[in-house]
Amino acid sequence: MKKTSICQVVGNDAKKSKGWLGANKYLILRRLSQLGILFLFLLGPLFDIWIVKGNLTSSLTLDALPLSDPFVLLQSFFAGHSLATDALIGAFIVLMFYFIVGGRAFCSWVCPMNIVTDAANYLRCKLGIKAASGGVSNKTRYWILAISMFSAWLTGSIVWELVNPVSILHRGIIFGMSFGWSLIVLIFLFDLFVVKNGWCSRLCPMGAFYSLLGKASLLKVNAKDRKKCTDCLECYAVCPESQIINPALKGNGSSIVLDKNCTNCGRCIDICEPKVFVYSSRFKKN
Amino acid sequence: MAISRREFFINSAKLATTSALIATGIVSYSKYAYSIPATAIRPPGALAEKDFISACIRCGLCVNDCPFSTLSLATEEDGVAIGTPFFTARTAGCEMCEDIPCVKACPTGALDKKLTDINNAKMGLARIVDTEGCIAYQGLRCEVCFNICPLQGKAITVEMRHNNRSGKHALFVPVVHYDHCTGCGKCEEACIMEEAVIKVLPTKLAMGKRQDHYKLGWEEKQKAGGSLVSPDIEHKYNLPEGKQYDLQGKGLTDIKVESSLDNALDSLNSFNPLFDIKKK
Repeated sequence: MKKTSICQVVGNDAKKSKGWLGANKYLILRRLSQLGILFLFLLGPLFDIWIVKGNLTSSLTLDALPLSDPFVLLQSFFAGHSLATDALIGAFIVLMFYFIVGGRAFCSWVCPMNIVTDAANYLRCKLGIKAASGGVSNKTRYWILAISMFSAWLTGSIVWELVNPVSILHRGIIFGMSFGWSLIVLIFLFDLFVVKNGWCSRLCPMGAFYSLLGKASLLKVNAKDRKKCTDCLECYAVCPESQIINPALKGNGSSIVLDKNCTNCGRCIDICEPKVFVYSSRFKKN
Repeated sequence: MAISRREFFINSAKLATTSALIATGIVSYSKYAYSIPATAIRPPGALAEKDFISACIRCGLCVNDCPFSTLSLATEEDGVAIGTPFFTARTAGCEMCEDIPCVKACPTGALDKKLTDINNAKMGLARIVDTEGCIAYQGLRCEVCFNICPLQGKAITVEMRHNNRSGKHALFVPVVHYDHCTGCGKCEEACIMEEAVIKVLPTKLAMGKRQDHYKLGWEEKQKAGGSLVSPDIEHKYNLPEGKQYDLQGKGLTDIKVESSLDNALDSLNSFNPLFDIKKK
C-alpha cells in the first residue's frame, strides 16, 4: 500500500470545520498580495497606467511615495557608494513597515520567488518526494548574506545583484529578461528535487536580512490556545521553517513564535483545526 | 541539542569553505560581468563606470521616466551588467530632454543630480571612426550628422578641405569638437552609411592624453598674456602697390579681394535652414 505523507492530508480537518475558504484564508490573501503587487508594477509598462514605477529594489508610487530595498542599499554602501537621500528615505519607510508587520513578511507576502518555491513545495508533496535537507544548513543564508556584503566591499560593486534570483525575477517580469529564467527554473528544480525549502529557508540572503529585522519586529504568530493542540503535526508540515514552532507550541515559556525566521505567512493559522494560532503583537501576554 | 566543540569547528569549517567558494565564484563572475561593451552608453549624468556599478541599484526608474523609450535595463544577453540602464546609439540616441527626467528619477545618485544642463552631459564622445568610409571625406555632400546634432555648429562643424583627389574641388567634412559633444549619439543613429562611420565611444576610449611636459606655445602665450620669448621682428616685403604677401597663407594676393569660399562655409555653419527650424 502506498504510504501517505502528512503533507498530503494537511488541512483536511480544518476544511471540514472551517470550510475551504477558512482553511486557505491567509494563503489566498498572500497570493493576492504577491500577484497584486506584481500587477501594480506591470500596469505601467503594459497599459501605460503609472501608479508604481521602478521595481522592488526601488520604486516610486503615485509620484510621491519612494520605497527602496534596504538589502540592496546596504550592498551599495559596502561597495563604497555614499548613499543618496531619496533612496535612504525609501529604505527607512520599508524598514519601518517590516518592523511592524514582521521582518520576513516580505518573503511570504511580497517576494515573487515565494510563488516559485511554494509551487516546488506543492509539487514535491504531490509527487511524494521526501523532505531532505541535502546537508544544507539553514544558517547558510547568513553566510551568504555576509558573502554578499563582503564581495560588494571587495569588488566595489553591487555584486550579489548579478545573481540574486529575487531581483532578477521581479525586474525580469517588468523590464524583460532572457536566460535569467533558467536561474529561476533551476531554483524551482532545486527546491523540488534536492532540498525542501532549499532557497527560501536555507540560502536566500535577502530572507536572512529580513530575518535580522524579524528579531525585533512587532507582529508575530501566537500559539494562543496551545492547550487545544491535538498533536496532529500539520503545522510542522506546512511551516517553511518548521523548527520555529516547537518553543511556542510545546514550550513552557511564551506562546508567541518569537523566532526571527518566521515569515508570518499564516499557513499554520489556516490549517489548524482547533484554531490554536492567531496573529498578535510580540508583547501580548496570555 | 548540544554539540561538541569538535563538531562546532568542523561545521564552521564546512560553512566557511562553502562560503569562500561561492564568494570566489561571484567575484570572478563579476570581473567578466562588469566589462561593458563600447557600444553601450550610460544615461546622462552617469558616474564613472567604476562608481556607477556601486551606486546603481537597477530599479529602472530612469527607464520608466525616459519619454522616448531610449533607455532599457540590460538583460543577460546585452553583455552589460544585468539590470543596469544603457542605450545603444545606433538604435536610438539620447534626445537630450531639457529637464533630464532620467537623472531626476534616480534615487541613489548613480545618475548625478549635479547635471542640470543637458548640454554639459558627457555620455561619451562622438568620433568619425572611419574617414575612408565617410562619403563627405570622399567629396560628396552629406552633413547628415552635422544637421542632426543637437549642438549643431558647436559639437559638430563642417569644415572645408581641399580635395586632393580631383585637385580642384572642395571637401565639406564633419568635425567633432570634444568641448561640446555630449555623446548623445544622434549622429551615429542618423549616419546614412550601412555601418555608421561616426560612432559614440566611451570618453576613455575616444580620447588620448598628452603628457604634461608637452606645452602648446600659443596656449602658454595666452596664459602669460604675452609672448614668452622676445617676439620675431616683423618682416617687411617690398611689394607692388595693392598687393600683400602672406608667407604661411595664400602668398601674393590683392589687398581688397576676400575669399568667397570661406564666406560660403561660414554661412553654412551659422545659417543652416534646419538649424533655424529647430530653434522655432
